[in-house]
Amino acid sequence: MFQPLEPGSGPRVRVFLDDTPVDLPEGANLAAALLTAGFSPFRTTPVSGAPRLPFCMMGVCFDCLIEIDGIPNRQACLEQVRAGMRLRRQSGAANLEAAE
Amino acid sequence: MTAADYIIVGGGIVGASIAYGLARAGESVTLLDQGDVAFRAARGNLGNVWVQGKGVTVPDYADLTRQAALDWPQLAAMLQDETGIDLHFRRPGAAFVCFTEEELQRRGKALAASNADTRIKNTFEVLDRDALAERLPMLGPDVAGGTFSPDDGAANPLFLLRALIAGFIARGGRYLPRHTVTDLARDGQGFVAQTGQGAFRCGRIVLASGLGNAELAPKLGLSAPVRPVRGQILITEKLQPFLPVNVSFIRQTVEGGCIIGESSEEVGTDDGTTLPILRETARRAITVFPMLARARVVRAWGALRIMTPTGVPVYQSRDGAFVVCVHSGVTLAPWHAMGLIPHLVAGRFDPQTFRSFQPEDADVPAA
Amino acid sequence: MIDLAIIGAGPAGLAAAIEARALGLRVTLYDEQPGPGGQIYRDITRPRSDRSAAILGPDYLAGRPLAKAFLASGAGYQPRATVWRIAEDGLSFTAPEGGGDQAAARVLVATGAMERPFAVPGWTLPGVMTAGAAQIMLKTTGTAADGAVFVGTGPLLYLVACQYLDAGMTIAAILDTTTKGALLGAASHLPGALRRPGMLMKGLRMLRRLRRSGVPFHRGVTDVAFEGDQALSAVRWTSGGTAHRLECAHAFLHHGVIPNANMTMAARASHHWDKAQAAWVVDRDAEGRSSLPWLFVAGDGGGIAGAKAAALSGRIAARAIARDLDRGAPDSARLLRDYAAEVAIRPFLDRLYRPAPAFLAPQDDRTVICRCEEVTRGDLARAMQEGCPGPNQFKAFCRAGMGPCQGRMCGPTVVSIMSEISGRSPEDIGYYRIRMPVKPVTLAEVAGLPTERVDGRN
Ligand SMILES: Cc1cc2nc3c(=O)[nH]c(=O)nc-3n(C[C@H](O)[C@H](O)[C@H](O)COP(=O)(O)OP(=O)(O)OC[C@H]3O[C@@H](n4cnc5c(N)ncnc54)[C@H](O)[C@@H]3O)c2cc1C
Ligand SMILES: Cc1cc2nc3c(=O)[nH]c(=O)nc-3n(C[C@H](O)[C@H](O)[C@H](O)COP(=O)(O)OP(=O)(O)OC[C@H]3O[C@@H](n4cnc5c(N)ncnc54)[C@H](O)[C@@H]3O)c2cc1C
Ligand code: FES
Repeated sequence: MFQPLEPGSGPRVRVFLDDTPVDLPEGANLAAALLTAGFSPFRTTPVSGAPRLPFCMMGVCFDCLIEIDGIPNRQACLEQVRAGMRLRRQSGAANLEAAE
Repeated sequence: MTAADYIIVGGGIVGASIAYGLARAGESVTLLDQGDVAFRAARGNLGNVWVQGKGVTVPDYADLTRQAALDWPQLAAMLQDETGIDLHFRRPGAAFVCFTEEELQRRGKALAASNADTRIKNTFEVLDRDALAERLPMLGPDVAGGTFSPDDGAANPLFLLRALIAGFIARGGRYLPRHTVTDLARDGQGFVAQTGQGAFRCGRIVLASGLGNAELAPKLGLSAPVRPVRGQILITEKLQPFLPVNVSFIRQTVEGGCIIGESSEEVGTDDGTTLPILRETARRAITVFPMLARARVVRAWGALRIMTPTGVPVYQSRDGAFVVCVHSGVTLAPWHAMGLIPHLVAGRFDPQTFRSFQPEDADVPAA
Repeated sequence: MIDLAIIGAGPAGLAAAIEARALGLRVTLYDEQPGPGGQIYRDITRPRSDRSAAILGPDYLAGRPLAKAFLASGAGYQPRATVWRIAEDGLSFTAPEGGGDQAAARVLVATGAMERPFAVPGWTLPGVMTAGAAQIMLKTTGTAADGAVFVGTGPLLYLVACQYLDAGMTIAAILDTTTKGALLGAASHLPGALRRPGMLMKGLRMLRRLRRSGVPFHRGVTDVAFEGDQALSAVRWTSGGTAHRLECAHAFLHHGVIPNANMTMAARASHHWDKAQAAWVVDRDAEGRSSLPWLFVAGDGGGIAGAKAAALSGRIAARAIARDLDRGAPDSARLLRDYAAEVAIRPFLDRLYRPAPAFLAPQDDRTVICRCEEVTRGDLARAMQEGCPGPNQFKAFCRAGMGPCQGRMCGPTVVSIMSEISGRSPEDIGYYRIRMPVKPVTLAEVAGLPTERVDGRN
């Protein structure tokens, strides 16, 4: 488990992780915040259904893909925590119809 | 020097289909191809097995296409059986989308006319927007309608190429990539092909080198008046299945990605992509399926079609040398792997049988 | 129309922007991160506690004045903007506030490096990440994981391990894959390295620190594999002639960085195989000119040389661009001399930390080489038996490189394996034909349609 080295002092905001409310540090790197919150896996692959978590944290591996506010396949490691974000684990291929 | 009964020049889908077919017929065949980097339409196409509107004005071509499409299940099953490779061949039918009422009427008439003089009839319906939407639930509002034919399908063209080559090798064929043919000559009763890796001798030779044919064919007294016509294509990330039937320029692959493309440009051998064309292609796709606006494009590419002056294939032979130029090699793969083989074994493309496919004819716009 | 569009806000891009502004050019810098800094100075503008600053160290904090000078330089700045197309006419980008096109007379690619893919069995399991990723966790959120195993070779691996120790974390083991041959080979490059004794000493200090820390340190490690069902549960390896197994929930991999060349490749600039760095690298002259007149390259994206060299190359490129545009610029002789001194240690480092052949080209057929399409080493071996002549045909046949990472995670491994199996050189094998978009963007963004409805960030 990733753990904070120091008690967080900044403001936390409420987001929804698969519909469950969770408070995360505002403005933090989203992938890092989710890993620290113990969210696992971020997604399962469209090929074999294997579970994945962020691998590179710098935008090149695309293993951190999750659904953000109804939009699938977003790179969580390039996003920041914002109040009210609706985040979903992604199973396999993107579902655009659900995003309607 | 190496001797073989047949040399096929060009390992795209056309050359590989013919090589595989000849090997199945028990012939000894060497397939000479270029390396990893080459103009190879086989790696850049849409994968449609397309019947609607093909050969509208040339009944022989329409029949060739329709027979090949009918034979596709057989080829797919045969290759899967021999190589274990699933070609993802599906025939759910396909729609050609029209953006104006006038375009729809015109297209309906053309398709009706294309059945007049053909042996095999193409089944199709002319559908207004709402009728089409029953087949394509995610259809956008700004579409006038479309023609739908159950005869159209698609396959994974990359797996087709792989299976043809694997099947060819399994049947004892000799596949030599990185063997660009630099010169060709008649040599006694046969031919000799020069490559950077040495000379290859054969009794018969088939030129199936796509755009390369233009340069190679004249060396053997044949003509291949082909030119490159660029198409630009986009492919999206994998999506949950949403497209039950294909649309002429949008197809959801078995893996889930949508292949989108329909452009035609005369830009020589530049196989790049350009923003204006990609933009226009993306806009049209979004008009047809608005939900695609949110799909991520993973890659775009340009590929060069092998176009004859009229778009009709060329099958020509001369004293044991053959040339084949087509621009729908996926659709016609069963014909090249099966129906065409007896003609090659017989030693010539009979000008009467192939009268609609002679380059002289191809120079004149067909009636 | 601006004079110069810069992609990348690492030391190279920042220094180039500052220099170009000082020379009077109209400049806009694009970066997909929310703040300036690039990889080494990630999140540099965030206020931090003394403890956090102490863990990350002075080399990290050195980025502060650079970021500050950039923000004061008057250069246009588009953070959170991913550039997906560059061409003679400029670039296209996507951003939460809406993307667009920017016309520019010159484009400077300063997109930096990425960690070299480290394909071993089980590297796709949750719990396995790169050492750089672990460091980014430290830099961005100040979080770390106890009981991790560090695997591989290279300065960044040791640096992150030291930062972990400074943070008071326990490390389960360090599995060092540096080879004896590399040590011997590197010795001949020692004279060059001694031109920068400070760097050499820093490296030695890190290694000494790790060895004396009490963390189990295994040398000459081979045959690394990760086990686990839904997540990492153990690592297996061989060292000192024996097989080992250690239970762990976190493993951090690293065996060097390579240029992230997708953008320059997609632009169709010419590239060469760099033997020393075992990577494809864009061709550039001493001032950063690529083979295309409109395209310049600075920083690690044009060959790995480190942060200081990156900043110097950015300044040099900015001056060359100003001269190209007839705006005049001071002579770069001194900058070029500094640059040469800065990179004198590279041959030594490149040789010392070049991964063993069996890590560059994994031998186990079950190893996943393409993480996106889950293509294995065995798939590649079979395709080659069927005569597959190179990476592009392989991609067509097996889908490796067709996923969202666009070949970044498999390309280098595919080249190494193909070279190993065929006996042909990597330059003869070639590389994937990389195309636009350089990063996946929505169809609406390609279409140039408004993105509000499309992008949930609005
Ligand atoms: C954008 C686009 C979309 C398309 N969509 C479809 C579709 O939906 N359905 C369909 O049926 N068809 C489609 N096609 C056409 C189809 O791709 C081709 O018909 C098919 O690839 C077969 O062509 P070919 O084998 O003749 O040529 P290629 O595939 O181009 O192969 C020619 C081969 O010859 C080799 N060669 C060339 N010169 C030499 C030489 N001197 N020595 C040795 N080898 C040589 C080349 O390396 C290459 O391997 C499309 C084409 C394009 C470009
Ligand atoms: C994960 C990681 C950690 C590292 N940590 C250290 C360290 O602690 N100490 C050290 O000495 N060296 C470190 N290095 C090496 C260091 O990155 C380089 O030496 C130095 O940062 C190179 O600077 P640069 O300006 O060339 O590129 P970078 O600093 O890598 O900057 C490149 C920038 O380009 C941006 N970018 C890339 N593609 C796009 C695009 N398409 N659109 C928009 N923006 C884009 C990226 O977001 C990034 O900010 C690390 C490398 C990596 C990969
Ligand atoms: S973790 Fe690799 S792209 Fe986000």
